[in-house]
Formats: sequence, structure tokens, C-alpha cells
Amino acid sequence: MNLVLISLITLGVIGSVAAVILFVVAKKFHVFENPRIDEVEQVLPAANCGGCGFPGCRNFAEACVKADEFGDLFCPVGGNETMKNVAELLGKVAVTQVPKVAVVRCNGTCEHRPRYNEYDGVKHCFIAHNLYSGETNCSWGCLGFGDCELSCEFDAIKVNPITRIPEVDEDKCTACGACVRACPKLLIELRKKGPKGRRVYVSCRNEDKGHITRKACEVGCIGCAKCQKVCPHDAITITNSLAFIDDEKCKLCRECVIVCPTDAIIDVNFPAPKKKKEEAEAVG
Amino acid sequence: MKTFRIGGVHPAENKFSAGKKIQQAEIPKMVAIPLAHYIGNPSEAIVKKGDMVKVGQMIGQANGFVSANVHASVSGKINKIDVQLDASGYKRPAVFIDVEGDDWIETIDKSNVIKRECNLSKEEIIKKIKDAGIVGLGGATFPAHVKLSLPPGKKAEVLIINAVECEPYLTCDHQLMLEHGEEILVGVSILMKALEVEKAIIGIENNKPDAISHLKKLATTFKGITIEPLKVQYPQGGEKQLIDAVVRRQVPSGRIPVEVGAVVFNVGTTFAVYEAVQKNKPMFERVMTVTGKDAPNPSNYRVRLGTYLAHVVEQAGGVPEGTGKIIGGGPMMGRSLMNLNIPMAKGSAGILYMRDEETIRKPVQNCIRCSKCVSVCPMGLEPYLLMAQSERNMWPEMEVDRVMDCIECGSCSYTCPSNRPLLDYIRYGKATVGGIIRNRNAK
Repeated sequence: MNLVLISLITLGVIGSVAAVILFVVAKKFHVFENPRIDEVEQVLPAANCGGCGFPGCRNFAEACVKADEFGDLFCPVGGNETMKNVAELLGKVAVTQVPKVAVVRCNGTCEHRPRYNEYDGVKHCFIAHNLYSGETNCSWGCLGFGDCELSCEFDAIKVNPITRIPEVDEDKCTACGACVRACPKLLIELRKKGPKGRRVYVSCRNEDKGHITRKACEVGCIGCAKCQKVCPHDAITITNSLAFIDDEKCKLCRECVIVCPTDAIIDVNFPAPKKKKEEAEAVG
Repeated sequence: MKTFRIGGVHPAENKFSAGKKIQQAEIPKMVAIPLAHYIGNPSEAIVKKGDMVKVGQMIGQANGFVSANVHASVSGKINKIDVQLDASGYKRPAVFIDVEGDDWIETIDKSNVIKRECNLSKEEIIKKIKDAGIVGLGGATFPAHVKLSLPPGKKAEVLIINAVECEPYLTCDHQLMLEHGEEILVGVSILMKALEVEKAIIGIENNKPDAISHLKKLATTFKGITIEPLKVQYPQGGEKQLIDAVVRRQVPSGRIPVEVGAVVFNVGTTFAVYEAVQKNKPMFERVMTVTGKDAPNPSNYRVRLGTYLAHVVEQAGGVPEGTGKIIGGGPMMGRSLMNLNIPMAKGSAGILYMRDEETIRKPVQNCIRCSKCVSVCPMGLEPYLLMAQSERNMWPEMEVDRVMDCIECGSCSYTCPSNRPLLDYIRYGKATVGGIIRNRNAK
């Protein structure tokens, strides 16, 4: 009986002393945190992907609360809707951005780009890239070991085992940019998703001269500048024998797709593929 | 017998081509002379399509401080200046020449007479070496004139000549010492004059007793040159390892050898220095070894720069049956070649055929923390740790753990019982951390 009483009293006293200390410390060292940070964090997608440029969603929420105007602050995963909610919470003006999607600018499939040697080292793009230019004669194209696939948190990019070129699942892609940073060949680009997902882009990064590109790959950009001449909107620039379509200027007229002699320019999600000029003439 | 004190491995030597006389390789019909170097900026072409060039004429001018001149190795007409896949695994600029005859520029002394006297001043010697486009033939192809122009305030005390040839299979330096011993020693005394040092030590591994005794005999007539036989150990040919082995000094992390008073040159470079200074011959050819366990005729060839490796291989009897990989350079530090349509560069020391079964990568197993890699690392690093950090992209931690000290000798991968690709990951980490450091310094 005595023993029970002693232990109860001792524990009780220790407990109350600890409680007093904790209370004093909590009051003295209290860190004020803006409660709105928690509220904003609730609205964010909680993917912690780093696509916004901050290490996680909470850091982004902090930055949003601190900032006077959103400016560059944008959550690519949540998109305009999330940013609108954040703006409502904080009483600021929402910034809208055109939704973007990752595109792989290489179409050098096994069929288009024969492989001349076999890489038996560590199957990582960054290690292979550090060693040599790749299994094909194109030193700019995709290596196909799937570093982009590993980097993707949303399961949106997958290397097709048959073509050995990564393919992006548009519905899953959030344009966080993880794959863009993962690719040692700098093949992946974030482009405007476009109306109904329609977009036109040059699916090649080869800056070698035309004849070298042509020998290495059937569908490489040879820098012939036909697309540049035909483009009515001045959206195409050619640097180092490589065309680039500016998605701000491109009006999706697809004139360039028709003239491209190597089919390096790709149009996606358009209803019926426009026929090549020669084919159209032959038919009509 | 001396050797370096930290780490090291001893792979099977397999020096099949030892004692084979250096043969002059046939001049091919066309050459592609690379303008890019392993290190530093690519040279700038100073010829254009259609120009006629003679052997020894300058075709590429050094571009920047760490860069070297490039000279025509054949006479003929410039076909084009274009990119060419080279031993680095990438397409880089090269000058293509269609060969017509073998017409040398007049200033080159083609006689075999050995010229021992050199009355040039220090500056004149360095200028001649710079004009001749001499780079280190040990592998890194670092321009020799840059190494000779010591940073202000630094003084070299000893010149060390790297004649260890620690890579298995390769014998080009060994044969060069046997056939051109006296020229090499003249080259050493020229370098001593350029560096203003009184002492030069030639380090040779004691698996080459004939070269040691030959040079020892010759060195009695030269002032200040001694020969140091070394215990066979890989990577003794590494600059910092050789300094440790020969003069027992350790180069601090991130510093250059001259800070401990030593300057190291390869024995092949020394011979090239002799030719450049005494015979006015720029660097347009080098000795290379063609070898392998099944090689029909393991031999040493003197090859003109820019010759396609296929041409050399053909002269040596072709690629043997059952070859899995062809390595450019030695088996430890060499790179496997994508094809034989690669021109030979200043740094190409050999062509090595590896059997199919030797080249297969064994399945990678988990690290068992046996610490073999730690005990063999000649730089005293922890390869297993660096690999783990590299896999996880922990760049600041890698920098703290001195990844930049790695000399990429491959001893860790060679010794790992779990077949882990240690060097592949470390090399990637080193490249990335190096980039981060360069960016930081540029700011």
C-alpha cells in the first residue's frame, strides 16, 4: 500500500514539475508562424516534387505568403486552379500560366537509327553519357537507359522497350521538370500543351552538319531551313543546323510539318494527318 | 626497392610485345588529324580545304593557354575540316588530308646522328617545345610548355622521368628506351636546363631489367641523371604516385607537383622534346603497341598522327577471332573503342584485343564492406563511399570526401569482389563536382 502511494506521489510530482517547465519553455521560445502557411499548404497538391523551384510544398507555401505579388511563383503540378485557390486565400492576384507538358526531342528509334555498338556498362544515361556518345552514330540523341523514367514522380514518362525512346503520358505529366534536369543529353523540353493538346515541335537535338546527321539517323533535323522559309509566323529559328520552333509564336498551321524532308518535325493530337505535298499532288 | 606507399595493385603483366623492334607503320592513303586534345581547348585550324601541306607543317594553332599546336603528319592535300569520332567517344573537329608522297618541310633534320650539345637558353627551349606542339604522352596529353612554365615564385628541385610503364600489355616506352636511350637522356638534360634543375631521376619498374642496365650505362656520361629501379606496382605511373615512390614526397590534395619541388615528364615526351629541340621535328608521330593474348603479331609501331586504327590493325595481322572488345590504351585506364574507324591521337599508347570471355561484366552484387577498395586506392580515398554518394547525387559530400583527388586508375573496380562498378560512378561524380567547382570559381 505504502509502496503504491510513494510511487504515485513521486511520479505525480515529477509530472507536474515537467509540465511547468514545458509550459514555461513553450511560452518563452514560441515561434510565431503565419497560420496562413498551413492553409496554403492544405490547398497545394502535396507532391513535393520540386517543380516550383522550392524543396517542397511547405517551402513554396511560405514563399507565397511572404511574397507581395506571385510573379514567378507557380505550382506546375496544381496548375492555374490551385494558384487561383492560393490567391483567394491570400487575397492576391492569381497568375495564370499556359499549361505545359514535357516533350522528348528525339525520335531516333531502333528503326530510324541503327545501333553500331553495344554498351555493357552501368545502365544509366548519365554514366554512359560521361563515357561516350552512345550506341548509335548520333552523339546527340537519346541513350534510352531511362534516367527520365527514374526521375519522374508521377509515372508519366516511360521508355518504350521496343523503340528505346521515352514516351510521355500527357494526362499524368505535370510539367514539374524533373526529367528535364535528369536527361544528360538535354533532350526533354517543357512546351505549351496547346489547344486540345495540339502542338508542333522539332523532335531532334542534333547540331551536327546535315550530312553527318543524315548518315546517323533517318529522322534527324539536317538544318535545311525549308521550315524556316515556309513559316508564316517567323516562329522557326535555325542555329547550328538545328531548327527550333518557338511555341509562343507558333500558330499550329503545320506548314513546316509538310515541307520537312526528314519528318523531324512532329505534330501531335491533330485530327487527320496532313498529307505530304508530293503525295497530295500525286493523289489530286 | 622503392615504390609508392599508399595502395596499389599488381595485375598480370602480359607484356607480349616486349623486345619487339619498333617498326615504321605504312603511311595510309588518308589521315584525319584530331584538333581536339584530351585536356584543354581544341586547336584552331589554320589551313583550309584544298591547301597543300608538307609533313611537319603546322595545321592547327593552340587556342588558349592550355592547348597545343597540331602539325601535319603526312604531305598532301587538305580534303576537308570536319568532325570525326575519336577515342574520346565523341565527334570532334579534325583535319582530313589526302596523302601525296612523303615530303617533309626543310627545317627537319632527318639524319640519325645524335646531337648531344644544346646551347639554347631556357626561353628558347620552351618556345621550341611550344611550337612543336609537344604534349605529355603519359595519357593526359597535358601541353609540355605549360608544365615547363612554372607558376611565379615556384622553383623545381628535381625532374622525374616517368618510365615505369605500369599499364599491363603496353611496351612502347620500354622499346623506346632500348632503341633511343641516348636521345632520351639528351632530352632529359634539355628539360633539366629548361627547368633549371641540377638533378633528374628516371623511375623504371624492375620488370624491365634490360632498359635499366642500358640507361644506367649511358647515364654515366650525363651529369645529374640517375636511374631508380622501382618495385612493380600499378598505378606507379601516376604523377603523384611516382613522386612518392622516387623522392618520398606527397603532393597535398588539390595542389600541383611543383609545390613539393618535383616536375614529372613521361619518357616518350622526353624523346619528343629531343626531336623537337635538336632535330626541329614537331610532334606528328608516336610509338604505339598493338597487342593482346590472341594477337597474331604483338608489336610496336611508329605511327603517324591521324592514321586510322584500322590501318594499324591491318598491318599487325588483323583482329583475332573471339575478340570481344578492342581497347584504346592499356587495360586499366584505356577506353574500349566504338569501332576501328578512329584516328590515332597524341595520347594513343596502344591497341589491345580483349577476349570475349574477359570482357563480360560479371553481375553486380552488394557491397560487403570488405574495404579492399579502400586499401588499394593509391590516393587514400574511400571508393565504396564515393560510389554510394554518387548514386544518391550527394555532390557537396563527395567534394568533402575529396573526389577531385581521384586519378581514375581503376584499382578499386579491379579489386572489388562484388564486381561493383565503382569507377563508373566515381568518374560521373568527379565530372559533376568538377563542374560545380568551376561554376563557383567563375562567379
